Amino acid sequence: MATSYRRIALDGLWSNNIVFAQLLALCPLLAVTSTATNGLGMGLATTAVLILSGLGVAVLRRIITPEVRIPVFVLIIATIVTLVDMFMNAWLHDLHKVLGLFIPLIVTNCAILGRAEAFASKQTVPAAATDGLMMGLGFTLALVIVGATREILGSGTLFANASLLLGPSFSFLELTILPDYRGFLLLALPPGGFLALGVLLAVKRRLDQRLARRAAARTGAAELPAGSV
Amino acid sequence: MSAVPETALRKRIGYHAILLGGFATLAAALLMMGNLATRDSILQRQQEDLLASLNQVIPASLYDEGLLDHNLAFTDGQGTAHTIYRAVRNGQVTAVAYQVIGNGYAGDIALLMGVDGSGRLLGVRVLAHAETPGLGDKIEPEKSHWIDAFVGRSLGDPSEDRWGVRKDGGAFDQFTGATITPRGVVAAIKDGLLFFREHKGELLARLPSITVSDPKGD
Repeated sequence: MATSYRRIALDGLWSNNIVFAQLLALCPLLAVTSTATNGLGMGLATTAVLILSGLGVAVLRRIITPEVRIPVFVLIIATIVTLVDMFMNAWLHDLHKVLGLFIPLIVTNCAILGRAEAFASKQTVPAAATDGLMMGLGFTLALVIVGATREILGSGTLFANASLLLGPSFSFLELTILPDYRGFLLLALPPGGFLALGVLLAVKRRLDQRLARRAAARTGAAELPAGSV
Repeated sequence: MSAVPETALRKRIGYHAILLGGFATLAAALLMMGNLATRDSILQRQQEDLLASLNQVIPASLYDEGLLDHNLAFTDGQGTAHTIYRAVRNGQVTAVAYQVIGNGYAGDIALLMGVDGSGRLLGVRVLAHAETPGLGDKIEPEKSHWIDAFVGRSLGDPSEDRWGVRKDGGAFDQFTGATITPRGVVAAIKDGLLFFREHKGELLARLPSITVSDPKGD
């Protein structure tokens, strides 16, 4: 157990990434990644819900029976999402005005139920919370990468309107990558999301292959002198 | 869950029913408490939002009394109820603002429009919508200046049959990737102006008494 936190972090961010490895949560992904800023907003809101639902499920895992676990998990997640929506509307109103559009969409994210089922229901509370955080950050990363790709190619900007989400001090993030760009509509529309995701998946595969080959070469090189001596 | 030994109790169907029912009750109770705890401040935030939106569609020079102090509940010929926010200066109604609903790509678009006494648009703001982020949400003033194109327009400018998006032969731009959203907005504003023309007398009628209302608001 002691070493598993590294594993959890690596799983969430890269090797078992919700989007790039599990291919889950494609509905919210395609809906919001027309810009990097939207992806970031959705990612952060989802991360909060993932942590809270992981905590809730892990705390209650001993009294929930396998037969009724799915409806109970759905209830827990839906309650958390609704409460987050209400509390943000009341007390973080400005942030809610920006993220409000995304919060109801979180319920459509099958990855949250997936993590509750596959991880939180079998693990300790801190492990489940860490998993929620890491899976959420991995999801945020994926959303920002897909969003940035679509935004640069689709409208020539990067992090447009970021100051609305993060506050005026982050307006330096708003870049115009391709000035006088007429826009490429296909990438701004959901089919463009599929295309961008497909290309990015291929890139990730390629990277993984190269990393595996390098790791194999390194162990081979380490063994070779030992064998030759 | 495999770590917990399966006792006879946990296998009973009654346990499952009570567990599920218990969680449903708990969820309902939590949501109720959440609603109670947040309802007042959400309402207050919405009032503030409304006032902020009203200030954007009615210039401060047109009123000297609180914008929310002279609301008129108005029912038109079809029995539809409207709330009219009246700007009052020196006891005269100088401008009105009211909500109109447009058909967007993803449901209703709620708009607030301010109209002066002569039927000219003072401003339009989007109150709520569910349009696609990055495409249809360019109707929000924070994302694009599109909505400002309506300032100063009226039913004669452009002429009534040109109140549409360019794609339909109208005078207003649509934006890349979204035609349905601006089409719905333009149609809703046109309807709002027609509503004003039809009910101008009632909307701008003198206030019944000159007694100044309680000095709240700004």
